[in-house]
Order: sequence, then structure tokens, then C-alpha cells
Amino acid sequence: MIESTAPAFKENARKALADTVLQSALSIARPRFVDKRRKAKDRLPEFDALRDQARDIKNHTLAHIDLYLEAYEAKVKEQGGEVHWAATPDEARDIVVGLCRRLQAKTVTKGKSMISEEIDLNRALEQAGITPIETDLGEYIIQLRGERPSHIIAPAVHLTKSEIVADFRRVHTHLPPGRDLSEISTIVGEARGILREKYVEADVGITGANYLIAETGTSIIVTNEGNGDLTQILPKAHIVVTSIEKLVPTLEDAATILRLLARSATGQEFSAYTTLSTGPRRSGDPDGPGEYHVVLLDNGRSRMLGGEFQDMLRCIRCGACMNHCPVYMAVGGHAYGWVYPGPMGAVLTPSLIGVENSALLPNASTFCGRCEEVCPMRIPLPKMMRHWREREFARHLSPPAQRSGLALWAYVARRPRLYAFASWLGHRILRTMAGRKGRIAALPLAGAWTRHRDFPGPQKMTFREQWKRRPR
Amino acid sequence: MSREAILNSIRRSLAVTGAEDSRRQAVAERIGAHRPNLIPERAKGDGVHRLTLFAEMAEEVSATVQRVKKLDELPSAIQGFLRAHNLPQAIRHGADPLIEALPWQQHAPNLERRRGRAVPADETSLSHAFAGVAETGTLILHSGPDNPTTLNFLPDNHIVILAAPDIAGTYEEVWERLRRKFGERNLPRTVNMITGPSRTGDVEQTIELGAHGPRRLHILIVEQL
Repeated sequence: MIESTAPAFKENARKALADTVLQSALSIARPRFVDKRRKAKDRLPEFDALRDQARDIKNHTLAHIDLYLEAYEAKVKEQGGEVHWAATPDEARDIVVGLCRRLQAKTVTKGKSMISEEIDLNRALEQAGITPIETDLGEYIIQLRGERPSHIIAPAVHLTKSEIVADFRRVHTHLPPGRDLSEISTIVGEARGILREKYVEADVGITGANYLIAETGTSIIVTNEGNGDLTQILPKAHIVVTSIEKLVPTLEDAATILRLLARSATGQEFSAYTTLSTGPRRSGDPDGPGEYHVVLLDNGRSRMLGGEFQDMLRCIRCGACMNHCPVYMAVGGHAYGWVYPGPMGAVLTPSLIGVENSALLPNASTFCGRCEEVCPMRIPLPKMMRHWREREFARHLSPPAQRSGLALWAYVARRPRLYAFASWLGHRILRTMAGRKGRIAALPLAGAWTRHRDFPGPQKMTFREQWKRRPR
Repeated sequence: MSREAILNSIRRSLAVTGAEDSRRQAVAERIGAHRPNLIPERAKGDGVHRLTLFAEMAEEVSATVQRVKKLDELPSAIQGFLRAHNLPQAIRHGADPLIEALPWQQHAPNLERRRGRAVPADETSLSHAFAGVAETGTLILHSGPDNPTTLNFLPDNHIVILAAPDIAGTYEEVWERLRRKFGERNLPRTVNMITGPSRTGDVEQTIELGAHGPRRLHILIVEQL
């Protein structure tokens, strides 16, 4: 399992806020993601109705997931493929490494897969003497840097062009050092040239899956580059690493969710390549992989069913929640400290690795509600973060200052007259401090806030005073 | 066995056994009926609307679209495309009967045609699409000897023939056509849905064409067969 630095979120966030490269990269990304999604949504009047249906499709599937998995597995077998069940990341890694060994693989090309990150597959392959080559441009860049993706659909969103150019010059030493890499097109062209050879050399291609279809035993990937396709059609075997909740019943159900995915993720009407893969190549096919394997990971997902976190299993990994999250867009994905960042990560990470290893993540939110507002699968993310906070509190995992603060508040709140006096006093003090400008530049105990921005002064009256004077 | 462990864990969480008739029926019924969900209004309309919308959506994502009246015009249209982009007069294609039957000798005698799967040296490939989807300007192609999948991804330039009557409104209509051709609950190894040429936004969220797949996607719509 990948080590989690989530408990150090505060420290990670402090560093991220001071990181000028990250801040400039995020300021480029933020408006692009948000504007594109809004335009795509506005163009499809049925968008919200489709969200309702997509939610219902997944709810139905999850309620019958045992049976759909059986139906899916039977179909994959019938089509000549194999399904391998993995309860834990360890098992999943062993299965993939075992398959690669049997196929005598020296190099493996990889399409972008978050499950591969979750099980830390590249490290396991390297330890087995097999070279994994990430082919998605963003993943390729972060592999060169020895980093992890900072976003689930845009892995290198934390970098600007100049870092990428520096990495290419550092690693691609066989190319002329004085070459021109000033345009994005030349950067993309260089990666294209290098990866082209790798596709042809690779013995095995590994991709993830956006969906699995029970009706036909099909796995679907959605990409823009075409890397996932070259990865799976050129080598002698295609291995899909995926997880149990990616299942949908039929092709029709997949179509409905596909209408939401690209629009929510990149604001495209449809991604350039949506590929349905069913079994290995058929007799008479001139190309395609000779073997087709699906590794189905559980890793705690089955335990999320039937409980307060089941809704999280509807997630289609579009990234809209993080694209619209003020916290994510201030600190970037690495600060979250594990595989999945942003609001979806704040909910999913504690489910997968335990709240004790991801403390603070459910607190990395202002509860502004934007994530739930844009989620194509209508996942109540803030509500679930609140559930985690409650569990954290119940298990005494929250910091002492927070606990004693809450205890003090509870003491006062249970004594109405004391509460009225205390809020009146606090209100007067803050109003005096705010002065005529109505803003407070420095506030004791709230330095973390006022170092970066003013604290707004209170209104004329307290809530209780306003309540008393309300017209009846 | 992890298979049993995972299924048992699921059933424990859901408080089910897996043997319930009602649940088994619900699953079999849904898979068997494969009913379409909500269909966007945009995709509804006659053949003229579908053709116009398809071309509009495909051009929006940087595909180029050329309409020809008859099949006979295709060889010279293909030669014209190669000339316009300074490409060698050579294409790679599969065993598709429609492509094989075109009057190549008569209209494009100097065009070199290689058969079979694509190799990295091929600069241009030619495919015949199984269908188009007007909703998003998407081409549907499937694997097999007629149109090998490597043609869709390896060469820098991909030319695709699409018959106007094959343009559907929605993805769901194409699923039905696939079922008619391959049978219920059965698909060929690969079905590609292609919407514009390859692209990436991984450097500063700026779209750049030609990431790994084709840099150019040229769609030739034949109005009459």
C-alpha cells in the first residue's frame, strides 16, 4: 500500500501555498476547468435529468452488485477472457506480476489508471524486473519526475510548461540539447516520438477501465490521446486493472453515464476515444491482444456497501469535485497525501485506508457545497465528510485544541443566558476592532486566516437581537 | 479464494444471500431488456438533420468533413486529400468489401494500396465506419479483417468513409445495430468510438492535437450508395 501523508495535511498545505510553481499552475487550470464544464452543461438541456438517471443506474447496480459481477464474469469467460479477483492491493499486484512473468514481459506499456496508483503497481513491476512505461502524457511526465498524479484526470496539473521542458531535457539526453521546446506542440511531439517505439516493443499493455458492462463482459476506457488504445492493441496481452464498483448493467446504461463523464471532466461533448474491449482478438482478426485479463480489486469497497458511504461507490472519477473545490484549487492534489485528492478523496481515502491514516482529510473542506452541486452522480460529498468528522470525534482522533474548543462551546451553548452574554460581548469586541471599514486585518487566535486576508466584521446586530426584532 | 471472499463480503454488507429470486429476476430482466434511458432531444430528427449535425459536431472537434455524392468519387477525393497535405500517394486499408469494390484503377491508378493491419511506417490509413453518431459527431468502427483496429491509431492520418444512411442519432441506436450484426450479448473484440483526432490537454490544459493517435481525421460522407 502507498504510504499516506494525509495526517500531515496542514503541513503539506502550508508548503503548497508557498509553492509558486504550483500556485501558478493552479491559477492556469482553475478557470479553464470551470468554464468548460459550465459551457458543456449549458449546451445539453437534459444534463440534470441525466444526472438523476445516472444516480439511479448506479444505485440499482450497487444493490445487485454480487449478481451483476457474476453475470459479468461469466460473459468475460465466454468471450475468451479471464477474470481475477483481488481482495487486497497485495493480491492485485501479485496477479499482475504473475501474468507478466508468465508472458515473459520485459516492458509493459500502461494507459492511465487510478487503480494502478492505488495498488502501487509500478513499484511492484520494477521490483520484478519489468519496466512499466506510462503512456498518457501527464502520467509520462510525472513518471519522469518520480511523482504521483496530483489530479485524477490531469495528473500533471501541478506543473507548468517550463518544468516539463526541464524534465524532458534532463531525461531525453539522446536528443540534441539545443532543440526548440518553446511550443506545447513540440513538447507533445517529442513525447509522441519516444512513446511510439515503446508501444511496439511492449510485451503487455495494462489499462484501467471507466466502466465494466455486465451485459457483454466489456471494459470501456475513455481517453483523448489514443494512448490507451495503442497500449492494448499492440502487445500480446491486455490486462485491465479495475475495481468492482465500475460495473453497469447494459450498454444503454453506459451510454447515459458517458454523456455526463466528458462534460463534467474536461467540458468536452465527448472524449476523442471511447473504446469497448471484449475478450482477446478473435480468429481472423489481424490485430489485437492474444490474451485478455481483468483484475477486479475490492480493497474495502465491499464493506462500504449498505452503509453511509455506499453513495461514494457511484463515483465515475471525472474530477469535477476537485476542479470546483476552493481547497483543492488552493493546495493542489499532493497535499492530500494519498492517491485520491479533493472532495472525492476526502471521502474515499478514509474508507480505503482507515480514518486514522487519513485524519484531517474530511476536514479539508469549507463545506461550501460546490462539489455536490457539480457531481454528475449526485454524491452527497459534504454530508459524507461530516460523517467522517463525527467518527473521527467519536474515536478521539481529532486534535486536542479542537476537542476542548468544542467542549467549551457545548458548555456555553447549554446555558442560554451565558450564551447570550458571550455572543453579545464577542459581537461588540469584533465590531470595535473592525471599525468603520468593517474589516479586521489581524485577529488573535485567527492568524491562519488573517495572514492571507481580512476577517469580515460582524453585522450591526447579533442573530438573537435580529430575531427579537423580526416583524411578526 | 478471493472470489468467494469478495462476494461474501458484498452479500454481508447488503444483507442478501444471492439466491433471492426477485433480485435474480431484476438483473436478468434488466440485462435482457437493455432499455434506453433518457435520449437527448438534440439527437432526434430525420436523415438530413442527422447528417448536418454529425458534420457540425465532427468539425467542431477538428475533424475535417468532405461530402461526396457517389461512391465512385471516393478514390479521387482520397488522392486530393493526400495531395493537399503533401502526403505520399499510399494508403493502408483492410479487406472491407466496399473499399475493395471502389474504382481505384480508373480514378486513382497511381495510388499505392497496402492491405492488412497498420505498421508504424504507414502515414495514412483508410477505414469504412460501421456507423456515425450525430449527437457528438462520433464515428463507430469495430475490429476484424475488414477494418483492423490498428488503422485507427497508428498512422498520422486517418481517412474514414461514412455512408450517410449509417449516421444514427444516438449511441443507443448503434448498440441496436451491433446486436443485429453480432447477436445479443455479444460484441467484437474492439468497438472504437472516435470523436475527432487525437489530442491532449496535459500541458497547462491547452488542447494540442496528435498526442498518440492520428493528427488528422478526415471523414468522407457518401450521400448515396
